[in-house]
Amino acid sequence: MKREISYAEGILEAFNYLLTNHQNVFVIGQGLWSPWYVGASMKDLDVKYGKERVIDSPVSELAVTGAAVGASICGYRPVVVHPRMDFMVLAIDQIVNQAAKWRHMFGGKSIAPVTIRGIINRGGEQGAQHSQALHSWFAHVPGLRVVMPATADDARDLLVASVLSDDPVMFIDDRWCYEHKSQVVDIEPVRLDSVEPRVLKEGNDVTILGIGYSSLLCLEASTNLEKDGISAEVIDLRILNPIKVKNILKSVEKTKRFVVVDGGWTNCGMAGELIARVMENISISDLSASPKRVTLTDAPAPTSSNLEEDYYTKSVDIEQVVKTMF
Amino acid sequence: MDKLFDPKYFNDELAIEGFGSQELTKFLDAMILIRKAEEKLAENIENGVIKCPCHLGVGQEAIAVGVSSVLRNSDKVFGAHRSHSHFLALNSDLDGLFSEVLGKESGSSKGMGGSMHLIDRSVGFEGSVPIVSATIPIATGAALAAKLNKKGEVAVAYFGDGATEEGAFHESLNLASTHKLPVLYICENNLFSSHLHISLRQPSQRIARFAESHLIESATLDGNNVTEISKHCQKAVDKIRNTNRPYFLELITYRWKGHVGYREDMDVGVKRKEDLLVWRNRDPIRRLELALINSKTLTQDSINDIHASIDFRIKESWKRAIDGVFPEKNNLLDLVYSKK
Ligand SMILES: Cc1ncc(C[n+]2csc(CCOP(=O)(O)OP(=O)(O)O)c2C)c(N)n1
Ligand SMILES: [Mg+2]
Repeated sequence: MKREISYAEGILEAFNYLLTNHQNVFVIGQGLWSPWYVGASMKDLDVKYGKERVIDSPVSELAVTGAAVGASICGYRPVVVHPRMDFMVLAIDQIVNQAAKWRHMFGGKSIAPVTIRGIINRGGEQGAQHSQALHSWFAHVPGLRVVMPATADDARDLLVASVLSDDPVMFIDDRWCYEHKSQVVDIEPVRLDSVEPRVLKEGNDVTILGIGYSSLLCLEASTNLEKDGISAEVIDLRILNPIKVKNILKSVEKTKRFVVVDGGWTNCGMAGELIARVMENISISDLSASPKRVTLTDAPAPTSSNLEEDYYTKSVDIEQVVKTMF
Repeated sequence: MDKLFDPKYFNDELAIEGFGSQELTKFLDAMILIRKAEEKLAENIENGVIKCPCHLGVGQEAIAVGVSSVLRNSDKVFGAHRSHSHFLALNSDLDGLFSEVLGKESGSSKGMGGSMHLIDRSVGFEGSVPIVSATIPIATGAALAAKLNKKGEVAVAYFGDGATEEGAFHESLNLASTHKLPVLYICENNLFSSHLHISLRQPSQRIARFAESHLIESATLDGNNVTEISKHCQKAVDKIRNTNRPYFLELITYRWKGHVGYREDMDVGVKRKEDLLVWRNRDPIRRLELALINSKTLTQDSINDIHASIDFRIKESWKRAIDGVFPEKNNLLDLVYSKK
């Protein structure tokens, strides 16, 4: 039976499902015993499943992440929660040098199936060190699956898939998505490696590819573009590493116009990578316009409200870029 | 020692022997300024004028005032997320703080940083940042520079009990001890990191044990006693300047507001009213006022005058901050790189 849930509820449902059905799942990170920390997305898990399986930690990102990697090697399916991706940077050795490489460098004899939940939490004049969306960094690292849901159903189903995957997964959710709502049925676990970019809305004139929260902006933009007679196809990337490009190519071959919208910085970001992937596989003469990207300016996040207002992408920015392609 | 962690104790008037009335009045003035400035911020967070996250240190004023009383402008001081007091105790620059919190051009970081990124190099305040523990190694590096430049500078790192759970803290202490670096580590142990009491995060609530293991001289003191902090810091800083060795001071205190924001009764979702009531008796300002009145250094009337004049300064400064302009749009890109 179909019912509606929000993105935050989707994450909570995934945790409930995992903790109920998989005794080897546990959760560790800062704020897990506080109802306020990560929105409503982990509410009361400690009460339901006990403080042994839902562990609030000292301010020790490196040790906590490493401990989760270690437990994952020994048969558990830990989820490490970093309430803000900026703090996760302190744990980078365990993510990049250890978890991501573990299987490969030991000839496939051991795996580190840890899930690292890094939350993007930005806006509200929080400034340079409390605003970052570093997903492109992580997508650069072979061995680390990177998942970034935009919709409530994906937030739920991809978190379940991440934890059940035999690989280390960086699961990145965005506080700006938490109110998004989707229709869902009961959880039917999917295999993470079967998940492809998802067409959120069909259209004929331009392909707009979003990543995480940006996909919601793309949907908003596409609705407004309709009024100008532009029919946009919106695709949500969902999995940043490894990238699957088939659905995207198919769409661009149809629309002949390609825009990528990403909430990360421009240089060496996902948007550039996706444009490259498409251009490598399509003949330039098949396109009606040069591909475009809508990304953040290459500057740290400001705090001042007047600068912040310009800094973050809005749907109107996407609309403007799309219109230049016609 | 255990009494320091028990709010039943250390609630009486301060010992003020050895301090002149001018110095004591300065302490009082500075603590009241910080208290009232933060209350002003609290009021404007509550009414929605301030949007940027503010971590208020109401109740912890004695630490910054005591430590700053022995520093020189050439010393290098670093703060963290809860650093309004560290900034104001060095410069009393209400305008710089208020404007920064509002993201105005006249702010201490030109409106680019907000409450969590304050700086005033003219008095040696080299910056505060909210990545927990991040300035501990940076202050240690300032001490390395001080050791190399032989100008007798001291580096100061302020941080909380929570920061001592990060690896960077332990690595820094080892480095400073091994390489004999002139750094004063100030741990404001307010027993909490966000919503979690220290007993849920560490096997002991006494942070100075880490200094002992790194063979760094240390002390654990009442963090709400400005005269004792000042006296002790004077000795510590003299020693650091003479020996180039680090010193570690743990100051036991308590914050009166929630972890972030204006509320007193709520801390990241956790109710906390009863504990707070008891700890408020250790009020660093009231304890100094009592001592000043009982010793006839100041009358209640003259103390009231101090309060009134600071109220006025705050009102005027807040008005200037509200009237200030936002940074020019080109700052966003122009400030990313130097020109060479
Ligand atoms: C690396 C990092 N991890 C987590 C946080 C979130 N955080 C901000 S302040 C804070 C509490 C730190 O406690 P403490 O060091 O005792 O300082 P206090 O807040 O008590 O002044 C935490 C966990 C952060 N800002 N940076
Ligand atoms: Mg603390």
